[in-house]
Amino acid sequence: MKKFKISKTSIKKFFSYFNPKRTRKLNRSMGGDLALFVLLLLFGTFSAYPLIMTASNAFKPLDELFLFPPKLLPRNITFDNFRDLSELIGNSWIPFSRYFFNTILITSLGTLGHVIIASMAAFPLAKYRFPGRSIFFTLVVYSLMFAPQVTATPNYIIISKIGLIDNPSAIILPAIASSLGLYLMKQFMQQIPDDLIESAKIDGASEYRIFFTIIMPLVKPAWLTLIILLFQRLWITDGGAFIFSEELKPLSYALRQIAQGTIERAGTIAAVSFIMMIVPVTFFIVSQSRIVETFSHSGMK
Amino acid sequence: MAAAKTVVNYQSTWFQRLIRDIKKSKHYYILMAPFAILFFTFTIIPVIMSLGISFTYFNLLEPPQFIGLDNYTKMFLEDDVFIIALKNTLILAVVTGPVSYLLAFVFAWLINELGPKLRSFMTLIFYAPSISGNAFLMWLIIFSGDIHGYANAFLINFGFISDPILWLKDPQYMMLVIIIVQLWLSLGVSFLAFIAGLQSVDKTLYEAGAIDGIRNRWQELWFITLPSMKPQLMFGAVMQITTSLAIAQVSMQLVGFPSVQYAGHTIVTHLIDYGTVRFDLGYASAIATILFLIMITTNLVVRKILRRVGE
Repeated sequence: MKKFKISKTSIKKFFSYFNPKRTRKLNRSMGGDLALFVLLLLFGTFSAYPLIMTASNAFKPLDELFLFPPKLLPRNITFDNFRDLSELIGNSWIPFSRYFFNTILITSLGTLGHVIIASMAAFPLAKYRFPGRSIFFTLVVYSLMFAPQVTATPNYIIISKIGLIDNPSAIILPAIASSLGLYLMKQFMQQIPDDLIESAKIDGASEYRIFFTIIMPLVKPAWLTLIILLFQRLWITDGGAFIFSEELKPLSYALRQIAQGTIERAGTIAAVSFIMMIVPVTFFIVSQSRIVETFSHSGMK
Repeated sequence: MAAAKTVVNYQSTWFQRLIRDIKKSKHYYILMAPFAILFFTFTIIPVIMSLGISFTYFNLLEPPQFIGLDNYTKMFLEDDVFIIALKNTLILAVVTGPVSYLLAFVFAWLINELGPKLRSFMTLIFYAPSISGNAFLMWLIIFSGDIHGYANAFLINFGFISDPILWLKDPQYMMLVIIIVQLWLSLGVSFLAFIAGLQSVDKTLYEAGAIDGIRNRWQELWFITLPSMKPQLMFGAVMQITTSLAIAQVSMQLVGFPSVQYAGHTIVTHLIDYGTVRFDLGYASAIATILFLIMITTNLVVRKILRRVGE
């Protein structure tokens, strides 16, 4: 066990917090620091307030929901809203577990496929030169410059021609080829030293073996980034124009139907919003530092 | 023998060399194939198709009919709603694009001064809205038109207004609401890129700068920080421009689809209207093509400008 030792330096450090003349970082003024702190506090509140309200409303009894002025935190914490939600769902003619399963299927297959397939494509783009490489990567970068809505109409035609209408693949397949993921993965792989690959080659490993046993374990932080970017997109998908069978509809669609209810459903709606919010946010909290690490290689020339 | 072979290699044409390079790179193409096939099917081919279909009348039931530039002339000369949508889109982009870009950078920069614990907490606070699913619907309650809407109640309580404002129904306020909510949602991927970029700036540069006569944090920002993280700035710009020109969800969910007097209508909601409600795919494709051109042009122009930062 490590014992805490009071040394001369630790005392000095402690008191330096109260000493206005303590050694400051270079080029920082006290007034500037204070102004920036106030700014952060102000905008932080603006950013957090709707989220905190979403979370706290989910645990408020109905009478508190309509209280004015709105209370930031519930006085009597209740799980009634979640109970009502599960009852409401139990009464619908499609079992709720079915919607849940659909979303899990779309989200897990989509993110898994995306991580594997985008990494496979990123590896040669990052590490080798071959004919067609720069043209392909330029196309990928250009595709970041327009929103997916641009291709919505032809996508519908293509998907219906392939016969994927009313099939989860209609959502999964386009998501797998998301170009932002490939871009980030390729940039991240570029910082892996070439020596690692060279020495594996000397040992007689094939490209595929190098990819799966050396490269993939090294780019774990980038996996998490690709997962969260695609997860948030697939998690809130409602099937759009592609899925019309009720038993294939995802969770977000079912929850949206509930949310369109009247005022006595306000509590249930709050519970729904909370569920949709908490899953991606929790994932981000857990993997934040690795995700940020990935973005340090995101730069564009 | 060996010498003869070298001569042959030397004399081989560029085409033969290309074929040889392609054969040598076989494994790379195999690794890229799954992504490339999906990417071409769902991104590249649709862009080309969109351009083609935009010259036709197409309703998905009958085969497309070539009508030349009719869709484009209709769009700019007859369709008043498109002009409103174009105007709204440009206003939204001009306001939310640069503002969200600046906010993302400024907050990333401020957060960077904090200790590691507080830094990850603030990162979460600012980034969370963009990944919170439909939590932005909370703004429906905040901007609700009756006196119980938080914004109205607040303004009435403090005597700024006497009657509640119909934030989501009055065309005068719709764009303001969309802008506020869109800014709230906009600290996304580029914000993370900026945070990461700031953390990877070489710390010794700041010490060297202090010796070379940099006086305050603003000079430090302009002469050291910004030039060091130019690649992230470029990437963030692409992300913000693309998002700010594609605003649709916030408008549809908050002010309705279609909104009163089309006051919250954007190019993308117009596209959704013709593509999935009216099934006039030719016209929808023409709208998509125009949007595509606007997005690509803006991106290329802004990239040109950003290349000059710190020079």
